[in-house]
Amino acid sequence: MELKKTSLNEVHKKLGGKLIDFAGWELPIQFQGIKEEHLAVRERAGLFDVSHMGEITVEGLESLKFVDYLVANDAGTLNDNQVMYTFMCNEKGGVVDDLLVYKYSNEKILLVVNASNIEKDYRWIEEKSHDFDVITKNISEEVSQIAIQGPKAQEILQKITDIDLNEIKFFTFNSEVLLSGVECLVSRTGYTGEDGFEIYLSNNAAVSIVEELLNVGGEDLSPIGLGARDTLRFEAGLPLYGNELREDVTPLESGLGFFVKLEAGDFIGKNILVAQKKEGLKRKTAGFKLIGKGIARGGYKVVAHGKEIGAVTTGYQLPGKKESIGLALMDTEYAKLGTHIQIEIRKKLVDAQIISKKFLDKKYKK
Amino acid sequence: MENLLYSKEHEWIKVEGNTALVGITDHAQKSLGEIVYVELPEIDDEFEAAEAFGVIESVKAASDSYMPVSGKIIEINEDLEDNPTLLNEDPYGTWIIKIELSDKGELDSLLDLSAYNELCEEDN
Repeated sequence: MELKKTSLNEVHKKLGGKLIDFAGWELPIQFQGIKEEHLAVRERAGLFDVSHMGEITVEGLESLKFVDYLVANDAGTLNDNQVMYTFMCNEKGGVVDDLLVYKYSNEKILLVVNASNIEKDYRWIEEKSHDFDVITKNISEEVSQIAIQGPKAQEILQKITDIDLNEIKFFTFNSEVLLSGVECLVSRTGYTGEDGFEIYLSNNAAVSIVEELLNVGGEDLSPIGLGARDTLRFEAGLPLYGNELREDVTPLESGLGFFVKLEAGDFIGKNILVAQKKEGLKRKTAGFKLIGKGIARGGYKVVAHGKEIGAVTTGYQLPGKKESIGLALMDTEYAKLGTHIQIEIRKKLVDAQIISKKFLDKKYKK
Repeated sequence: MENLLYSKEHEWIKVEGNTALVGITDHAQKSLGEIVYVELPEIDDEFEAAEAFGVIESVKAASDSYMPVSGKIIEINEDLEDNPTLLNEDPYGTWIIKIELSDKGELDSLLDLSAYNELCEEDN
């Protein structure tokens, strides 16, 4: 099957990106190298093409009521122009997808979902919407998405707009921002643990805005590939669908209960999550560091007292760090801070210890 | 590197009598990206040609390293334990293992520089 291309495909090639197949899209894994790009975002700013992500609109009188039923967080508390991170759960409490909810008004909401789940999500949302007075539409093909992240993100983006970006607070958006004369939706959100923005715009304007940003950003702005996007999000303790989040794992088990509001109204999967919370979790996601040598990759077994107690969901030796760290879904009794466990790396058991999942102090501007 | 022989799996080998040094090529280190960990074999371990003798881990993934020919490990480059990026910085100056050859005849199946360069061009 031919790979899908984002509007920025030619720009990636011109910038020397190494292109790979990612969820059916031809996207850059890296430009200068994962380490350089990771550090560029932490120290200056990085530009990401996230156009492969999906956008689904919900419009109609019962939009807010429907989205509130669809997701595990309390969408009813959202103000207009506010963004919320949450999950769509299935009837068993597992995660269909994690997503961002952009509330324009009670009658119009935008859902931003993972690229690999667009079709599945749209089917799910469509099916669940039948009892509500809403119209859902998958507009993913019409929308490009760019993220600019890092301590210099605001300074750079400010150069191409007259709107005072200080007015866009953390997890809010403005859908009428003119960037070099092009109307865009700009939100102060992101996926790296840094301050920054996500920009939604029509496909035909994406190339000129990216070229403009690279131009005004100069040496302070580097194009970033999927490789560094993953190391950055992992270091910031942010989960990834397919790793920490899955259909057979609940958000409570993933350690993301903060984005689930059990005291709010009904939502799909709620009764299972309520019961799970009451009974206590049998397994949960914990952070660990290796004491012995090696790198624990996703899928490796977690062992304690000779017994398999779980599996690694993500593992890295991060750019610029000496320690090998990871996240694992494991039996709750071994997930306490300081507990000694072992990871099976290529048939050898390597000693490890449970540490906090907060690998990095986040620098969000609130 | 005229005096070296190459495997299709992108290892180089420098033969000195009955022993040889083995490392990875510049093409291999470039494809891997920043190398963060090297898992070395034990001294006296014996491997057949094409068998994995160790693992090289980059930020994103783990890749096996293969024996270009059969042999016994007689020395390992312990500098790599503390400084794996030596393989990025100087791939031809950084050997990984020193082996005692079990069958010198196997060297005939390896590639010379021009054949190896051709293989890399096909890869690109």
